[in-house]
Amino acid sequence: MSSVAEQLPARHGPRPLASIWRFVRRHVLTAYSILVFTYLLVPIAIVVLFSFNNPTGHFNYTWQGFTLDNWKNWDGVPGMRDAIVLSLELAAISAIAATALGTLIALALVRYRFRGRGGTNLLIFLPMSSPEIVLGASLLTLFLTMSHVFTLGFWTIFIAHVMFCISYVVVTVKARLIGFDRHLEEAAMDLGANEFVTFRKVTLPLIAPAILAGLFLSFALSIDDFVITNFVAGSKVTFPLYVWGAARVGAPPQVNVIGSAIFFVAVLAMLANVLVQMRRSKGAN
Amino acid sequence: MGFLHRHKWLTPYLLLVPGLVWLAIFFLAPLGFLGYQSLETGDAFGLGYEFNWAWHNFSDAISTYHPQLIRSFEYAAIATALALLLSYPLAYWIAFRGGRWKNLLLLFIIAPFFVTYLIRTLAWETILSDNGFVVTTIKHLHLLGVLGDNGHVLASPTAVVAGITYNFLPFMALPLYVSLEQIDPRLIEAAEDLYASKLHAFLRVTLPLSLPGVIAGTLLTFIPAAGDFINAQLLGTPRQYMIGNVIQSRFLEITDYPTAAALSFILMALILVAILVYARVLGTEKLTG
Repeated sequence: MSSVAEQLPARHGPRPLASIWRFVRRHVLTAYSILVFTYLLVPIAIVVLFSFNNPTGHFNYTWQGFTLDNWKNWDGVPGMRDAIVLSLELAAISAIAATALGTLIALALVRYRFRGRGGTNLLIFLPMSSPEIVLGASLLTLFLTMSHVFTLGFWTIFIAHVMFCISYVVVTVKARLIGFDRHLEEAAMDLGANEFVTFRKVTLPLIAPAILAGLFLSFALSIDDFVITNFVAGSKVTFPLYVWGAARVGAPPQVNVIGSAIFFVAVLAMLANVLVQMRRSKGAN
Repeated sequence: MGFLHRHKWLTPYLLLVPGLVWLAIFFLAPLGFLGYQSLETGDAFGLGYEFNWAWHNFSDAISTYHPQLIRSFEYAAIATALALLLSYPLAYWIAFRGGRWKNLLLLFIIAPFFVTYLIRTLAWETILSDNGFVVTTIKHLHLLGVLGDNGHVLASPTAVVAGITYNFLPFMALPLYVSLEQIDPRLIEAAEDLYASKLHAFLRVTLPLSLPGVIAGTLLTFIPAAGDFINAQLLGTPRQYMIGNVIQSRFLEITDYPTAAALSFILMALILVAILVYARVLGTEKLTG
């Protein structure tokens, strides 16, 4: 399509103004996109850059000079290591729990026709469309009202994280299951496998990428959550809560170190995924 | 296995039970408790709170906090519109010009999510601070008038809206991309073959076909933006506080639970009304379909 459009004006001979206008029209969208990408990426660059800053005072706001000390001495601020460990533990176990519960719901929704589908879909959709602050406030109300059952701390954070991750897992796994070829399972059953063996040997390997995606998404949501955790954490301090507390008195550059480290790990994981996909689609072509 | 074979209809329910029970106990029931609490009266330091159908909590909350309520919806609406303006051309560019780099470019869009929410907001604090890059550039260019009377960018509505726009932009860009990517380019070619101008083809073919993405993106951006309080807290002052700031401080600092609960419900109800108005304007089929 575009090659035809390029060739047509050539018949009119070279006209400098027209060609400039054409150049602008061709590239204005690209230029705009590059600007928006810059807007998206500059704050990330700032986070990484200021992890190498050598601040003199309390505030890590202005560039004072390059140093590697913050990276070597990432553990140099009290309390941060415990917060990171707590966040990682919580993210790991709530991701596993939410992925298990969410995958089962997705299987039921895609595979079976049953009464109450509409209600189930609504119950999945609602937590995603409620403001986080309402989720946090209502959970805390439950925990305070039933304080003889719940003590604010690790397990109440776990409960909250699983709650808000389930819906995202359902959506992720459902998308994969819808494009699933059921003949493969029928073939397994025809060859004498029972339902359980079919699930373990055929279904599970095929939907494993979706389950893994749900797991990673939950992990990311859990480790990043501040608003809900802030309500239900009691005296526990996760990494986002630590950053919040630190920000009030001026966050140390070590916060940027951890932020950058999380960023690099996540980007490397995604990059590996993208490269594998690109190679695969290249092979398919 | 034998029992399941005889009662096959039970299987979906068995799959659903664990997850749905979790959501019922830790999502639905808490909303009920919150509703109950919004109708209580009393005070945090005396005898505690007592339930007595105190509907006046709602009217009191609105008359006290309507500035923050209005501000929340104002900021959220502006940020959503800005996010749409910023990300539609970007999503269009990736979908139609991205070629085999599409996935890599998408990675750039979601890159901000890989930096913890609070840390990327703090980065904006650095960028917009008085000694930061933006303010010094403006001062160098002798454009002080742009900054208004106090010479700050930080601690202004602009900073808060910029932060909200930034933080929720990927929620807008991704659904836009998905809906634009699904458009068959032959439809646009057909329109142009039938002598539609490029602009006309965009307005009559591309834009309507991408509307589901616009709707999804708008909702995904607007809802969290209206309830946000982190940007107002870190990039603003109490004069920019939104309803989220009020709920959070009423609940956690002042322990005025009834007011906080009433405000939570008012926020949810207003968001619902906003969604319904939006759906009415665009047509309900498009929203659910």
